[in-house]
Amino acid sequence: MSQDLLKLSAAQAVSAIQAGDVSASELYDFYRRRASADEFNSYLSVDSDSTIAPAGGELAGVPIAIKDLFCMEGVETRAASKILNGYVPPYDSTVVAKLRAAGASFIGKTNMDEFAMGSSNENSAFGAVRNPWDPTRVPGGSSGGSAAAVAAGTAPWATGTDTGGSIRQPAALCGLVGLKPTYGAVSRFGMIAFASSLDQAGPITRDVADAALMLKHIHGKDASDSTSIGLPEDVVAPSAENLNGLKFGIPAPLDWGGVQTVVKAVFDASCKRIEAAGGEIVELPLPHADYALSAYYIIAPAEASANLARMDGVRFGQRADVSGGLTEMYETTRGEGFGPEVKRRIMLGTYALSSGYYDAYYGQAQKVRTKIVEDFKAAYETCDFIITPTSPSVAFGLGEKTDDPLQMYLSDYFTVPISLAGVPAISLPAGLATSDGSAVAEPGTEGALPVGLQIAAPHFAENKLLDAAHVFERETDFADGPWTWGS
Amino acid sequence: MFYKVVALVLIGVWVGGRTLCAVISGEDVAYVARLARLRLTEDEQAQMTRDLSSVLGYVEHMDELSLEDVQPTARVVDLVNELRPDEVKPGLTKDQALANAPEVADGGFAVPAAGS
Repeated sequence: MSQDLLKLSAAQAVSAIQAGDVSASELYDFYRRRASADEFNSYLSVDSDSTIAPAGGELAGVPIAIKDLFCMEGVETRAASKILNGYVPPYDSTVVAKLRAAGASFIGKTNMDEFAMGSSNENSAFGAVRNPWDPTRVPGGSSGGSAAAVAAGTAPWATGTDTGGSIRQPAALCGLVGLKPTYGAVSRFGMIAFASSLDQAGPITRDVADAALMLKHIHGKDASDSTSIGLPEDVVAPSAENLNGLKFGIPAPLDWGGVQTVVKAVFDASCKRIEAAGGEIVELPLPHADYALSAYYIIAPAEASANLARMDGVRFGQRADVSGGLTEMYETTRGEGFGPEVKRRIMLGTYALSSGYYDAYYGQAQKVRTKIVEDFKAAYETCDFIITPTSPSVAFGLGEKTDDPLQMYLSDYFTVPISLAGVPAISLPAGLATSDGSAVAEPGTEGALPVGLQIAAPHFAENKLLDAAHVFERETDFADGPWTWGS
Repeated sequence: MFYKVVALVLIGVWVGGRTLCAVISGEDVAYVARLARLRLTEDEQAQMTRDLSSVLGYVEHMDELSLEDVQPTARVVDLVNELRPDEVKPGLTKDQALANAPEVADGGFAVPAAGS
């Protein structure tokens, strides 16, 4: 029976509970036990109260794991940072409140890169997360705990957040579906802020139907986030049969130089599958995409340096024990409380915003962003979607890139332009690579690692995106992962 | 330090007509850390000098683009003057707001004396 429970997607679990085949408490206990025994450091806390949602909600009490970036009333929320040790929010983030209202039960808070800064989940103050496909490798980041939890089957689905790729890249590296909605589709209220003009919450799931189901329940305009808009239409379960008449654009100036050969091979095979399903592949210019990473690594740290000013040991979190005055307390609290990557971003952002450098770095980056937005607008006049690999490589080894921040930042090459343009994008399992990353592998190959395809759509075209993703998913002979291996 | 920054900017203008200058000194790092209220150890400061130079060196290629007449983008979604109804709603109580504070005194957040 337990293996049967594990095989249910979140949407299937909702149906099974509603049909009376499974009870919500049985499913919840099953996942809570699995989460408590998690071997990948996916969780920072697992619910100890067994709080199952009241019956009757649309999500029927199906359990979900929540990234530690989301405030939850009464549950310690630290964004995987020491500086927030002991912080127990007095309120729910809007995403959590909406899931709660829809009848979700909460399993626990998932590990992440500290304040969502990282692409490997090695920047958590509470230890790295390991990839369930191969525990010597990273799960991606920053939503690495959420991705590892879903991949290992310690949660049927999980929330993530994406600033420059933090939902899509871990989804790709863990063989899952990850959706970053249009900027403004989902409220940011109660999400601990990293870069406010880029941050978006979204689902990390086993399949596209689950991503649609979660988006349906979390999107919406929110009076507590004046940048939220919601989606113009209800999110519907994807049902498209083919890709007839749809154009998929490949950005022509893509730099394949830093891309693993096997990632390129899987991407080429994905294009063939899109064509076989009726889609048309076209090339299109995105002339400024190559500058996106640079603009991003100025804009995001600049916004972060301002947002993280509130972590000062006054209103919440831990305070350093100092004998001196206020400034010493601030400096020591922050020096002791933040990890190396967060310090790096604060320094980078403060430098880029400092007098004399503002125009050259932050001003220039914001202008580059304008050009990128224009590129995407022009591109969507000639195509329906833009496709790229999600990540330039398969999951890399733990510790492989920690000494070289720039190499780590290059992991975000394909995801960052989309974040700057604010358009929605999904990462889907597209194929497998052999364990050494040298060749495409067949499903079931020992030690194989997943490769993701990224599909991006115009602003607010989530339903269209989910439909296309659903067709692609059906055409791809790779719909399982560690959660089906049994344990 | 202020004069140092000015000098660097002037050198930058003189060299390239722009102010990008990817060579970050230990003094720059110490100055920025002070602005950010961030205590760095000596090792951290040395590492930060290398890391910032590397990242700022990479982003310098943005300077190839001539964007003088381009408007900067702060946000991609067009929203103007988002207003909400001016209604009184319950907020956090004082006790709730203070519950997470490291130190509380007389119903407020307590901090060490400024300026000492």
